[in-house]
Amino acid sequence: MIAVIVFWTLAVITVLSAMITAFSRNIVYSAFALLGSFAGVAGIYLLLGADFLFIIQIFIYIGGILVVTIFAVMLTQGVADMNISNRIVGLIPAALIALLAGAVMLEAILRTPWPHPGTAALNPTTHAIGNAFLGPFLLPFEIASVVLLAALIGAIVISRQAARAEA
Amino acid sequence: MTPLNYFVVLSAVLFVIGVAGVLLRRNVIVMFMSIELMLNAVNLAFVAFGRQLGNAEGQVIVFFAITVAAAEAAVGLGIIIAVFRNRMTLNADELKLLRW
Repeated sequence: MIAVIVFWTLAVITVLSAMITAFSRNIVYSAFALLGSFAGVAGIYLLLGADFLFIIQIFIYIGGILVVTIFAVMLTQGVADMNISNRIVGLIPAALIALLAGAVMLEAILRTPWPHPGTAALNPTTHAIGNAFLGPFLLPFEIASVVLLAALIGAIVISRQAARAEA
Repeated sequence: MTPLNYFVVLSAVLFVIGVAGVLLRRNVIVMFMSIELMLNAVNLAFVAFGRQLGNAEGQVIVFFAITVAAAEAAVGLGIIIAVFRNRMTLNADELKLLRW
């Protein structure tokens, strides 16, 4: 019962923040509303017993991606043209496509006979995830580190070229 | 235990909000944020299904998705800032450098 109440609270926070992010006319509101959405999803991870991903979500999404996004917003947006550069266009076709996609997904979800949720206790999953990384998922794990290194170097190179062109 | 339905429907709702954001907005940073919303929605579905199946592999996949999302954020925002410096605009309709 308590789990259902917690779920609804987190779901309302997540969806409302996501709507502000996607539909607010002020891009600064959009960026900061992303915080509520990421935090709500983190809470739902905790509700699902994914303790490791809860921490990862807070570290990487809130501590990393969100901060970098806010930096980008602050670096690129002139306060004066904030509203002009963030307008909504093509409302009807876009809303139609989005609602169609949502209707198809809801139909699929509600028609599928999902198995009843297991009553397994919420054990910490960090141990199992660590074993998976050093066992069956060793190769993807190593490739992920290479991807991160490539992204790091790529981001630096892109920023450097822009700085040189400006100078 | 909360039924699996709830989590999957929440994931679908978040994904649709992300789709609407990408289609409606013309600011590339808002489109980027909407893509992050969609990634979060898919991760949520992965964790819910993994919980249902009772193993940790769904969470391992989500870890890799988060890794790629972090790389995407670093490179994507770097590109956005570089483009903004050169073109002084973030409107996706005006960024047609790569269009024939």
